[in-house]
Amino acid sequence: MKIAVCVKEVPDAAVNKRIDPGTKRLDRSGEGALNHFDSQAVEEALKLKEAGGEGEVVLVSMGPAGALDSLRKALAMGADRSVLITDEAAAGSDLVATSRALAAALQKEGADLVLFGQQSSDSDGAVLWAAVADRLRRPVISQVAELTVEEGKVRGKRQTEFGYDVIEAPLPVVVAVSDAINEPRYPSLKGIMGAKKKPQDSLAAADLGLDAAALGEAGSGTTVVGLGNPPPRGDARKIEDDGNAAQQIADFLAEKKLL
Amino acid sequence: MTVAVFLEHHEGELQKGSLGVLGKAASLGDDVVAVVLGSGVEGVAAGAGKFGAKKVYVADASELDAPLPQPRVDALAQLVREQGIDTVLFAASVLASDVAAGLAARLDAGLNWDLVDVALQDGSLVGKRPALEDTVYVDVGWTSDLKLALFRPGTFDPVESGGDAEVEAFAPEFEDFSTAATMLEQAHEESEGPSIEDADVIVAGGRGLGSPENFSLVEDLAKALGGAVAATRAVVDAGWYPYATQVGQTGKTVSPKLYVACGISGAIQHKVGMQGSGTVVAINKDPNAPIFEFCDLGVVGDLHEIVPKLTELVNQRKS
Repeated sequence: MKIAVCVKEVPDAAVNKRIDPGTKRLDRSGEGALNHFDSQAVEEALKLKEAGGEGEVVLVSMGPAGALDSLRKALAMGADRSVLITDEAAAGSDLVATSRALAAALQKEGADLVLFGQQSSDSDGAVLWAAVADRLRRPVISQVAELTVEEGKVRGKRQTEFGYDVIEAPLPVVVAVSDAINEPRYPSLKGIMGAKKKPQDSLAAADLGLDAAALGEAGSGTTVVGLGNPPPRGDARKIEDDGNAAQQIADFLAEKKLL
Repeated sequence: MTVAVFLEHHEGELQKGSLGVLGKAASLGDDVVAVVLGSGVEGVAAGAGKFGAKKVYVADASELDAPLPQPRVDALAQLVREQGIDTVLFAASVLASDVAAGLAARLDAGLNWDLVDVALQDGSLVGKRPALEDTVYVDVGWTSDLKLALFRPGTFDPVESGGDAEVEAFAPEFEDFSTAATMLEQAHEESEGPSIEDADVIVAGGRGLGSPENFSLVEDLAKALGGAVAATRAVVDAGWYPYATQVGQTGKTVSPKLYVACGISGAIQHKVGMQGSGTVVAINKDPNAPIFEFCDLGVVGDLHEIVPKLTELVNQRKS
């Protein structure tokens, strides 16, 4: 089975994230890291490959050329190779444009199973899989906390606001895993050394048959018009319990008409 | 401007979150329609009129029986084309997010998500989206003809305007790939009491409770206040409380009128899930806990003493 895992480079957790006031985009100039939620999708792909005894795990990503370093971290976990869509025309792509580029690369790969992590930790996006699945005209299952593949079908246990659903769909299929699915492995030293020799392809828009205008801001349907500060909270009261705190809370709630 | 609001329903009830979005949409302009998709849902649909819909489009089909996204993308895409709808709004949920994103790809329509407000500025729709752990508020717009938006759960309360909606049925055609996934088992509410996303009062417990047994303190207070129980990522990870109650970046986003945080430090991952709450009361023994930065009443003290006393006081006041 061939599994494609869509991953993203995000600013490292230690970087103080900021939005560039000029471009109104996230400043990606600092240290990058593999989106943690994506490493769970990589882990699930590796488990499926190991359970099946054969197959290929290919990472598919879009980002600046520097994202190759983050992709190497997922290769060190055990993925076989990576494909990075990197093109200046792609900067500032929103959901519509990003899904267009990823779908084109995935179409080329023709994987049986496409996996996504639960969300991106930089934009809090949790929607890309459904857009990519629609462009690929494949079934999609999201928020999957348990995944099995058998006889050409996947079965996923989906977490929703109401509890757990069990959903089945035939391959080829797109699945987004939830953060409850597994604990991703740490790369071994051997894995880290081996990753340097694994193939890492870079593709430009033209390599995917895409016009530059299909990507970036030109190919997007949304725009940022301004930046502002969050609304301030009212004056907070802070008290130390002198044995009477419960009464003070009750009085406070009564005063706010919450009792 | 013709605005459509996707109304989600569960076990025969329209969901509060989507009715809230409907009310907001109705306040922006007069041409607001609602869309109800399902099987055997005509009765459910009629109820949308009193929350601001002038018209409700209903598709009743066996393909729409299970809450799966892709047949809903087919139905909405067809409706948008046939009725000249230019804006579709959704209250975010697992289902609605997948529907919105599928529709965005299908019709190449811009989708802004996690919005906490929307307004008309010089005739254009502008949304407000908190970003970077809610430290920045980004004003977002659309450049596509069709505009799609997902609102953060609990952003708007439903407003009963008492109107009547005309119900119009339509028959969607479905793509083969859209109906390839099948629901084998469908979830029913696992936790008792109100779901945390709809609750007006939430009492939440964190690691400061000390042990899973101490969740009974939180449960008792929630019961007294008529609210729901929530938990932090840390205690859900530790197996103290079910995932369905988790508030935070990787759990639910809630905005009750009252949020009582017991033994919760207030890590950013938790904060993003509850800072839309009306009034926040925090009890924590660490005076430097970050939760004290974003609460209305902060109490430094031992929750094991304070919470049972508070429960008793609330019960006394009720009787």
